[in-house]
Amino acid sequence: MIPDLQGFGPALAAGTWMTIKLSVAAVSVGLVLGLLGALAKTSGHLALRLLGGGYTTLVRGVPETLWVLMIYYGTVSGLNAFGALLGYPELALNPFAAGTLALGLCFGAYASEVFRGALLAIPKGQHEAGQALGLSGLWIFWRITLPQLWRTALPGLGNLYMILLKDTALVSLISLEEIMRKASVASNATKAPFTFYMSAAAIYLGLTVIVMLVLHQLEKRAGRGIARNEL
Amino acid sequence: MKIRNSLLAFAAALVFATPALAADKLRIGTEGAYPPFNQIDASGNVVGFDVEIAKALCVKMQAECEIVTSDWDGIIPALNAKKFDFIAASMSITDERKQAVDFTDPYYTNKLQFIAPKSVDFKTDEVSLEGKVIGAQRATIAGTWLEDNLGDVVEVKLYDTQENAYLDLASGRVDGVLADKLVNWEWLKSDAGKDFEFKGEPVYDDDKIGIAVRKGDDALREKLNGALKAIVEDGTYQQINDKYFPFSIY
Amino acid sequence: MSGWELLVKWTPKMLDGVALTLELVAIAVVAGLIVALPLGISRASRHWYVRALPSAYIFFFRGTPLLLQLFIVYYGLAQFPAVRQSVLWPFLRDPYWCALLTMTLHTAAYIAEIMRGAIHAVPVGEVEAARALGMSRRQALWHIILPRAARIGLPAYTNEVILMLKASAVVYTVTLYDIMGMAKTISARTYEQMFFFVFAGVLYLIITIALTWIFRGIERWLRVDAARAR
Repeated sequence: MIPDLQGFGPALAAGTWMTIKLSVAAVSVGLVLGLLGALAKTSGHLALRLLGGGYTTLVRGVPETLWVLMIYYGTVSGLNAFGALLGYPELALNPFAAGTLALGLCFGAYASEVFRGALLAIPKGQHEAGQALGLSGLWIFWRITLPQLWRTALPGLGNLYMILLKDTALVSLISLEEIMRKASVASNATKAPFTFYMSAAAIYLGLTVIVMLVLHQLEKRAGRGIARNEL
Repeated sequence: MKIRNSLLAFAAALVFATPALAADKLRIGTEGAYPPFNQIDASGNVVGFDVEIAKALCVKMQAECEIVTSDWDGIIPALNAKKFDFIAASMSITDERKQAVDFTDPYYTNKLQFIAPKSVDFKTDEVSLEGKVIGAQRATIAGTWLEDNLGDVVEVKLYDTQENAYLDLASGRVDGVLADKLVNWEWLKSDAGKDFEFKGEPVYDDDKIGIAVRKGDDALREKLNGALKAIVEDGTYQQINDKYFPFSIY
Repeated sequence: MSGWELLVKWTPKMLDGVALTLELVAIAVVAGLIVALPLGISRASRHWYVRALPSAYIFFFRGTPLLLQLFIVYYGLAQFPAVRQSVLWPFLRDPYWCALLTMTLHTAAYIAEIMRGAIHAVPVGEVEAARALGMSRRQALWHIILPRAARIGLPAYTNEVILMLKASAVVYTVTLYDIMGMAKTISARTYEQMFFFVFAGVLYLIITIALTWIFRGIERWLRVDAARAR
């Protein structure tokens, strides 16, 4: 089923699996960060709003490439101190963890804008209705805000996920064995860069198509029972 | 945000981090793009002279070892970031690097020599090199040597991997490549290198290659030195040498 | 060496990197706009056969990473002797032109999508009015639709410029000395990697913030918000 490609077919397949794992891990971190960021930005406290705004500005102002490299090489001293506390003096981020954090951080910064828009789209009256029913703040967020947030934010998040999927190629720069890295190892060994980089491109396009189909299904599911504006 | 991020980093660290160096496990850092010394084969294994030497040292030290690859220009920071415990990646012992890491005794000797197309009359004196484009790998002694000695004479192009420099030599983007003689020798033997040859005399011929450990990690350095001596004496070194080169490189 | 000494010694080199980064991005986003114009217009066409080719182009360039596209253009094309003997080789052998070409083609795909969105956002009534006044389709396109679409699409376009600025940080992999390339080359010699990564990060941040201010000024001056379709 997997094409041989001068013996490197299975390697590319393994790289594809790694890319998928990395993107899913990063999006999980990113969704949490994005939600927290959006809550901070829409909060009543000035300090929290500044914090949220600072996060977005800082992360979006610096290239993803640099975040990947800085987190991989730079988390050392802090982590070592923390590791020593736990009795693991040699604790260190492996490329997968560093890539997850870096891409999650970037995803989160953009996602916080998407979530903020979605939060603002929910009518205030619903929150007030929840309060009138005597629900706690957390319960209102969990049962009323979050399910609707998901629906409004989904298309935006889907776009961000597709950007993230391509940014995983940057983690090859810290030697994570994903598609891009596998393709360059193979092209070094076979001296056929065009063949392998084009194969890698085909894999990315395939993944994009799959993601688009899945997103379409998710959007349909999230939009159940909602009337849509037709132009 | 800072607090939240660092908390998250810690949480993620707990989930993902590799609590490395269980008492007897050593991690060997290498590049994996520097044939015949270290490279990655089709099945994803890291192979080559450096790797076999390192594994032989591990056997002598009775340690369990694991190979970790890293990009070349980040390999010293990665060692200091404890991504691995020593570097066996054909690293030249230089004063600059000694500021950042400690080295074992040399395990082989290399030279720097130019290669260029056979069809071209390529002389390696300054006058003839004027205006030529020369490729080298970033963060190698070849790159440093070019910048220090011919920086105003030639255009230096620095690559992340040696292989990419060769790709550009083959496609004609650079007029010549300066690199370790033995690595050049391996490439010239390959199909891609068949129209190229060594040019001139080696420009630098006292290139001692050592294994790097973190600064102050004397215990490991001493153990590696002992093991190195042992594999040279019992013939293991010679065996590995003969597998890769028809001459002694020690 | 202390931080100050490093700064004094290497800032001029880092600023050279800034100059190259800005030059590459500026040329790419302008050239990309020109390439995107026919793409975006034909993408908004009602005929599927006019849409097909630009759609495939946009799908490819938006569906694959810029780093990969750069490697295909720089290392991939050189695999073929035919390319190396062609008249294009003097350009393709130079990493500067390869980077510029890839960045332009890449950003053109995104800009074309922005244009399509903007063209669709121009109220139908205005186009009908233009036609009713006796304008031809072509005249309506040039005098009504495109000027309106330009103002509608401007915020998205300036956003794309900033995304390109950040995406350009991969061109160092083909031997160029942009901000990243300088940071990497200098840190390889000084072993002060984190210092120069942070230095590079600060430079990118300053450029992003400055560009954002400039673009907001332009948008206010053009009264973009008033031009938005309702």
